[in-house]
Amino acid sequence: MQRRTLMKAALTAVSLIALQATSALAENPVLKIGFVGVTSGPAASWGISNQRSMETRAAWINETGGYEIGDTTYDIEIVSFDDQKDPKRAIAGMEKMAQEGIHYVVGPNVDDGAAAVRPVAESNGIMYFPYAFPKSLYEAPASNAVLGMVANYQSGPAIYKYLMEEKGVKTVAFIAANESDPLSQRDGGVAAATALGLEVVSDNVTYQVDTTDFTPVLTPVMRSRPDLLVLSGVSPANAPQLIRSARELGFQGVISTETAQDSGVLTEGAGDLANGFISVGGASTPELASPMMNEFVDRYTKMFGEYNDESNTKVYALEYILETLKADPTALTDVDAFQATMDTFEAPNPYMNGDATLRYVGMSSFGQKRQVAVPLVVNVYQDGKFETLFVAEVD
Amino acid sequence: MEQILANGVYLGSQYAMIALGLTLIFALMNVLNFAHGQMYVIGGFVTYTFYGQWGVPFILALVMSCVTLAILGALIERFLFAPVIKGSAREESTMLLAAGIAFFLDAVILLFFGEKQRGVPKIVDGVFNYDFRLIMPYDRILICVLAILSIVAFIGLMQYTKTGRALRALAQDRTAAQLMGVNVDRYSMIGFALGAMLAGLVGGLLVTITGVNLGMGGPTSIKAFMMVMIGGAGVISGAIWGGIILGFMEAIGLALLYQYGDITYLLIFVSLMIFLAIRPQGLMGKPWG
Repeated sequence: MQRRTLMKAALTAVSLIALQATSALAENPVLKIGFVGVTSGPAASWGISNQRSMETRAAWINETGGYEIGDTTYDIEIVSFDDQKDPKRAIAGMEKMAQEGIHYVVGPNVDDGAAAVRPVAESNGIMYFPYAFPKSLYEAPASNAVLGMVANYQSGPAIYKYLMEEKGVKTVAFIAANESDPLSQRDGGVAAATALGLEVVSDNVTYQVDTTDFTPVLTPVMRSRPDLLVLSGVSPANAPQLIRSARELGFQGVISTETAQDSGVLTEGAGDLANGFISVGGASTPELASPMMNEFVDRYTKMFGEYNDESNTKVYALEYILETLKADPTALTDVDAFQATMDTFEAPNPYMNGDATLRYVGMSSFGQKRQVAVPLVVNVYQDGKFETLFVAEVD
Repeated sequence: MEQILANGVYLGSQYAMIALGLTLIFALMNVLNFAHGQMYVIGGFVTYTFYGQWGVPFILALVMSCVTLAILGALIERFLFAPVIKGSAREESTMLLAAGIAFFLDAVILLFFGEKQRGVPKIVDGVFNYDFRLIMPYDRILICVLAILSIVAFIGLMQYTKTGRALRALAQDRTAAQLMGVNVDRYSMIGFALGAMLAGLVGGLLVTITGVNLGMGGPTSIKAFMMVMIGGAGVISGAIWGGIILGFMEAIGLALLYQYGDITYLLIFVSLMIFLAIRPQGLMGKPWG
């Protein structure tokens, strides 16, 4: 009897809390923004930093009264789907977004997932912001994908050129995981390095995605004695192990990658052996970060216990979507209007000091504006943190 | 050649340890424990927390991994597998339960340890370098030695202790063991706890080399299943041979076939299919189970 009473009381309490939460949410109409990406497995870090960045920003907006688009103030709700880095799951995720009437989706995180969802997105009027590099996603006739970061064929040449001029690098070796993203990034890197006049001494060594010990994998690469070792498309989980194994095998040259990494992960996984490691940073540095960026970092840390440096880039996609919708409220349900607005859109960049702006770029790489403008920050890891090597812009 | 042999011994010893726990649980309970990889990951995270975060001595952290996983394994057996085995004669019931536990543990790991790759300070600095013909960091050598010692200790436990004899009896014939006075329920729980503890031990050992992350569980289970299939399901010596063979195949393939791209595992899988077609019970397994 007592147990039944207790259960009734608990049920009532839960119902009341649920009602309260519903009524709190019901104060503003809800604008749903989707996320389809990888939040499990070895590459989980990429997607989770996306999802958490969006959730942090959405909670922040909702806490401060909502986001005004046209005459209406919206609460933002993030609808997430873990595609497990599987293209079939990514399609299912995008279909789910279509069923929920969502027109703006962040993700997927990898090439094959982004390519797979294209028909679903284009036929259902969904604009999506992948973190994948194939140019075919962004060049006409493709219309609905917007690259959410700087691509490797944009950052790679800048890094190689810097290393040739500043460090006297003459030979380069590439190593990549045996899956589509890293392999295509490796091929792009080899082409860029060759075009710059670097001698490619090794480019055919690959490793299984689930490799945990890289010493046997790296041994033949080290025999080629390169000046520069490029970890093409390396995931944050694998980067410290690769660096550690390369250094333990006696490699003295420079190690670099064109993907974003996390300093904490490098510190734990490779320690001082990671000193000098060059990577494309999140689109923020202490010098660039505005007070709003710093508050975002604080809020993210409070919400999830630990910040992820990759979110310095991942913070932008949601902001671009909302600001573009604010610029043209008809785009809420009409992605053609969104696309038309992209050509002329410009708004202050709240995450950067100075007079930086949010705007769409990509004319040089894709022939149309299908890329968010975020600074190309190239970092070098030194004693537990990233230091900015140089900052550049992409058009 | 020296490097290939050294890599083979190193990889083989760690793989054998991973496979041991899985095959023990299969031998005792006829359960394919799909959550074995997740248990390995938890073992790694426990050592990471104690040694990497709290500065507890490595050996103590390793003991904590073993204890945590042994308790977890005992609880899982007592409250999940034992009731299902008693209530259902269908083997797929335990398989589904194991898969469910794997997903659950993945969620728990994400909740408590996050999505990032984690690593711990090196337990031994320095690299053994013999004229660039054989390069092996000292910590890998130490972990390899510890793994081999652990395997020897495990074999000793199974061969020369009362618990080991009871477990072997249970694995050979459950009914006969019960008729001979073996407390089947108790030793099933002990066996499962021991299997989980082995996963925790190898997770704790390898976190010093490979680090640990949320996504390692599934691939680890798959590799463990491969080793068990090579050696013969439910046979302790088979798991050890399976691990050693896989380790050497990987070391040889990576050293000699790299210029053809990533075909090492392709060849391993093809070899495995041919081998299983000829000898489905594995190297040491018996055709009748």
